[in-house]
Order: sequence, then structure tokens, then C-alpha cells
Amino acid sequence: MPFIAITFLLLALTTPAHAMHIAEGILPFSWAALWFAVAVPFLALGLRRLNALAQEDLSVKPLVGLLAAVVFVISCLPVPVPTAGTCSHPCGTGISAILLGPLVSVVIAAVALLIQALFLAHGGLSTWGADLVAMGIAGSAAGWLVFRGLRAAGASLGMAGFVAGVAADWATYLVTSLELAAGIRGAEPFWPLAGKILIAFVPTQLPLGLLEGAMTAGMVLLLSRKRPDLLVKMGVIPRAEVPAHA
Amino acid sequence: MPERKRRLRIFLLHATLLVGIVFVFSFFLLSPRQWAGVDEAVVEKIAGEHGRQARPSLLETKGDALLLIFLLAGVVGGFAAGYHWKALTGVKRGPNDER
Repeated sequence: MPFIAITFLLLALTTPAHAMHIAEGILPFSWAALWFAVAVPFLALGLRRLNALAQEDLSVKPLVGLLAAVVFVISCLPVPVPTAGTCSHPCGTGISAILLGPLVSVVIAAVALLIQALFLAHGGLSTWGADLVAMGIAGSAAGWLVFRGLRAAGASLGMAGFVAGVAADWATYLVTSLELAAGIRGAEPFWPLAGKILIAFVPTQLPLGLLEGAMTAGMVLLLSRKRPDLLVKMGVIPRAEVPAHA
Repeated sequence: MPERKRRLRIFLLHATLLVGIVFVFSFFLLSPRQWAGVDEAVVEKIAGEHGRQARPSLLETKGDALLLIFLLAGVVGGFAAGYHWKALTGVKRGPNDER
């Protein structure tokens, strides 16, 4: 049933997306190459971690498949923000980082961004490295660190998931602003331009980040009810937190 | 809960939901706004001010062809998500079960 429901929901919502990704040609070659160089080691580490996970335990595979599909689809999904009159999309890397770790989340984001750049005119091939650093690396790292930090401080699963989702979304846009400012500034000072870009993102991303937080919390809570064993296995929750009847 | 209070709650719930749904539909479907993406409204606008223009992507797909590709991507992504969700939640397991 969820299979059919999700499919029809996606069919109903499918429309060319307006992205936050940096489009083809926006960044000069030198900056695009730099972001590629920054992204590649994280991608290599992510692939190694994914291989290790798959060898340790085959039951992780459906979770990787689910999160890859979720990140791909929701990062294609334009959400209109009435307060701003613009559209943007959630990133999904918060939830993938929480459930699979930040390195595997980088691999998932890399695949999603590559498909979007190749076939959906969404981002660009030359800016793939910059987009991966923003959405894959910064988004995943922020989501994972915030989630783990809040859980260690005693926050509930839902609250930690919510704040982690918000952090992943906002970190993505913060890093996008910095990348864009660095690439296009010319002789202009860096920080005022970065601040200008960041402020321009705020009306759209502030509410969208909250939406992403709610989605992340909802998904973590849903999985904690449906498959608590998997969350224990992935180190998301301690075994002691699982009800005995689960 | 008294019957009158229960009916009032049901009425309020329906009134809120219906008004909300009507508002959302009219806002999003009848609004004259174009809902530009932040890529256009922010990234490309500010980049343009600094002399950087977006180039067409490698496979430049426009109009209904792009719609079709987005539709296919949605279908494939939706099927993949549903398939894996079913694989994950098809059998209820406890924390001590081994797969």
C-alpha cells in the first residue's frame, strides 16, 4: 500500500524543479575544479564505508536503496514558499546521514546530483563538485553532528531528528552561499557578498528548513516504530531505548 | 466527553481543514505568481550581476520533454522508494531478531 501511495503521490507532484544547486557555468573553472578536489576524497571514503557496511550486513541494503530514492526524489521536489513567492527543495541528506552515517550520505547525494545534472537540467556537471560539497558533505555532516550531539545531550529522537533536518538544510545553503560568493566575487570583498547571498536565501530556506526538519523527524520516528532493530544496528538508538514488545 | 462538545470539536476540525484546503489550493493554483526557483531568483540573479551567466546543461531538455523526464524520474524514484520500504517493513521484527 505505501508503495502505491508513494508512487501516485510522486506522479501527482512531478514537475520540473527549481533548484538551489549552482547551475552549469556559474562558477569559474578554477573554483569548480577546487570543489571537485574537495569532494572526491569524501566520496572515496563514502564508497569504502558503503562497501564495508554491505559486507558486514546485507540487511542494510534496502535502507541504502530507500534513502537513495528518497534523497533523489525530495531533492527534485519544488516546494513553493508563500512568504517568499519562490520555490526550492529540501535536501534529504539530514535523514540519510542520521541513518547511514555522513560518509554514505555523501555517496547517495553524489549519485542524486549526477543524475539530476545529466538528465534533469538541475545543477550542472562542472558544478557537481561544488553542489556535492554543499549538499552532500556540509548537509550530511551538519545533520549527523547535530543529531548525535542532541542525542548525547538527552534530546528525544523526534526533537533531535527535527533539529538535525533543519541544520542539514540550512548548512547546505550556507555553504552554497560561500561557494557562490568565492566564485563570482571578482575584486569585491568576500564576506559582504556571501552575506548578501545568504540573506537572499533566507525567505525561502527558513521555512523550507523547518519543513525538512519535520520530514526528517517523521521518518526517524516512523522507522523507530517499524524497524527499531535496524536503528539499533546502525547506532541511531541504543538497544535499551527499544520497547521490549517491539 | 459530552455529545455537544464532541460535535463542536468535529465541526471546528472540519471548518479548519476545509478552509485550510481551500486556501492552499487557491493560493497555489490561482495565484498569478510564477514561483521562480531560488536558482533563478538568487543564484543566477546575483551571479549575473557579477558577470557570470548559467550555461545550458550537457543534455539540454526543454518544455514537455523535460516534464516527461521529471515524470519518469518520479516514477522510478517512487517505485524504488516503495520497493525498499516494503523490503524494510514487510516483516515485523524485534530488536533481538537476526536477519
